[in-house]
Amino acid sequence: MSLLSWGLYPQVANKVFNFKTTTELNSIVSDNDELIPYGNGRSYGDSALSKNIINVKPHDYFINFDDKDGLLHVQAGVLLSEVLESFVPKGWFLKVTPGTKLITVGGAIASDVHGKNHHVEGCFSECVKEFDIMLADGNIVTCSKTKKPELFKSTCGGQGLTGIILSAKIYLKKINSQYITQTTIKTKNLKETFKAFEEYKDLPYSVAWIDCLAKGEQLGKCLLMVGDFKDDGDLNYKNKTGLSIPFTFPSFALNNLSVKVFNWLYYGKVKVGVSKQKVDINTFFYPLDAIGHWNRIYGKNGFTQYQFILPKEHSFEGLHQILTAISDSGKGSFLAVLKLYGKANENYLSFPIEGYSLALDFKIEKGLFELLDQLDEIVVKYNGRIYLTKDVRVSKETFEKGYPHIETFRKFREDNKMSNKFQSLQSKRVGI
Amino acid sequence: MSYVLIIGAKSDIAKSTAREYAKNGYDIYLAARNSAELKDYANDLSVRTEQNIKLLELDILDYKNHQKFYDDLDEKPLGVITAVGYLGEQKDAALDFKESQKIIDTNYTGVVSILNIIANDFETRKSGFIVGISSVAGDRGRKSNYIYGSAKAALSTYLSGLRNRLYESSVHVMTVKPGFVATAMTEGMDLPEKLTAQPEEVASDIYNAQQKNVNILYTKWMWKWVMLIIKHIPEFIFKKMSI
Repeated sequence: MSLLSWGLYPQVANKVFNFKTTTELNSIVSDNDELIPYGNGRSYGDSALSKNIINVKPHDYFINFDDKDGLLHVQAGVLLSEVLESFVPKGWFLKVTPGTKLITVGGAIASDVHGKNHHVEGCFSECVKEFDIMLADGNIVTCSKTKKPELFKSTCGGQGLTGIILSAKIYLKKINSQYITQTTIKTKNLKETFKAFEEYKDLPYSVAWIDCLAKGEQLGKCLLMVGDFKDDGDLNYKNKTGLSIPFTFPSFALNNLSVKVFNWLYYGKVKVGVSKQKVDINTFFYPLDAIGHWNRIYGKNGFTQYQFILPKEHSFEGLHQILTAISDSGKGSFLAVLKLYGKANENYLSFPIEGYSLALDFKIEKGLFELLDQLDEIVVKYNGRIYLTKDVRVSKETFEKGYPHIETFRKFREDNKMSNKFQSLQSKRVGI
Repeated sequence: MSYVLIIGAKSDIAKSTAREYAKNGYDIYLAARNSAELKDYANDLSVRTEQNIKLLELDILDYKNHQKFYDDLDEKPLGVITAVGYLGEQKDAALDFKESQKIIDTNYTGVVSILNIIANDFETRKSGFIVGISSVAGDRGRKSNYIYGSAKAALSTYLSGLRNRLYESSVHVMTVKPGFVATAMTEGMDLPEKLTAQPEEVASDIYNAQQKNVNILYTKWMWKWVMLIIKHIPEFIFKKMSI
């Protein structure tokens, strides 16, 4: 059975390698090329798809926890949800978490994921003390910011193209509640949205949901949600399992109208101006995890998420143009997520730079890639970049223009004989 | 402290089940042959849950030592889960009685030996639960695995009798009949995705059903209906089928 990515597109045959010991992994690595590690399959596009896939998720042992400094040592296949399940009740939370907890620690490093607190805490690599990785020659090395810094900068955000991460030590942060005080700000247009982000940037967590189909004066209207943990001592956390989409919806189920209705309902239920709520970890950080297999609602042809970021000085103009282009195209998106990011880190392929990022889901259909190419032009014009973890179609040219360290990354791969050993469909397309 | 004894702890279903019980506040005895191989796994459980996790040496085929094994437990368990399973090779088993015997003894005789001892203790204490992991393969004999299937059928019948006997002593016995499960045992087989459970799903089904004193648990749930149909195919048709 071939593995798919979260977007269910593309559907290509692949060979899946399982290993029990590092000796077994060593022979898989020495006997094969075009290998890519695969965690929980939550990357949207083709970054974890290749001819040969190494299944890392079964390697999910917790190794040690030091509660003096909150340092957790786990194998790479451990899910963030498992970390939360064990450690929120003891008053610990992830320093950095993306919008799903259903990813592996190895995947979090390989994508150098970020979350609602990027403007404060940066990317996932900020909480990584060190990790063990098997390189192209089969050797296992321990790597940190100071020990083998080049390997660290290539691997964090490197999409699995430097080797197989086996285990990692990550710092957790202290919390004293499973609840977050959330403030929701309903804005009327893009200008107000930007103003609100600036106004609330001292709060550690922030994200906005934008109605992409809004036009004219309402373009860029959003719900900005900001917040911080409460301090009420309630740590009675459990992973929620809720609804699940049992089968793939027919492709026509999601159309412009259903998206309009959803966005209207979502936006409409919140009162104008500023309101406050008390919400739990799952509601605040992982709203979509409550619906299992939500990727199936886009139908059997799958979907993609288009996520780009623009430098702050061009964000307003660029977003205005992109939102106009999307709105004119009439192609719907349930979720358009807007966020203000903090400074970029030194990793060669990490996505975040200081500015605004927008992420939108589109079902794969005729005309979509033409629209996205058109959006790419605007992104490139304003010196922005595309997020590889979500991408399934970006061109080499667009990609390269966004990532100035690309040559350093390529050279590192070549020097360490990784270029043929570790490849994904994406790495071949964008030439890394 | 409250221990659950997991017998056959090296199996993937056992490992997931132990995680489920540890997560829910139980201490765990992990019993298996060469149990030292479970050291990293046991460490994982204790880092995850801070429950007490103990490794115990037990050879399910070494019947004569089963009583001593149980007597040596400082603290008797609240409940026991047997996840012992050996699928074997049907083709070899048909040609070589030794293989047949190994399948039968591992899946049935050995489990009876240890459960007899535990059942007597639970009966005296008038408390405890016993979960026996059998298989849908025991519901009807098929040419592809009838030695394994018949051993599991015997186990299911044994558990049914035990449930009947221990009912008066407030000891609950649950029979688990997993269908296809993606484990080391089935690695390399081409299993239909919709009917195949992950070990974690089986574990959570077991935990939830045991807490509710379910008698017979099919997992995934649709296997109950699949097997109902399979059991009702008339023999004169069934004997011609290849399923």
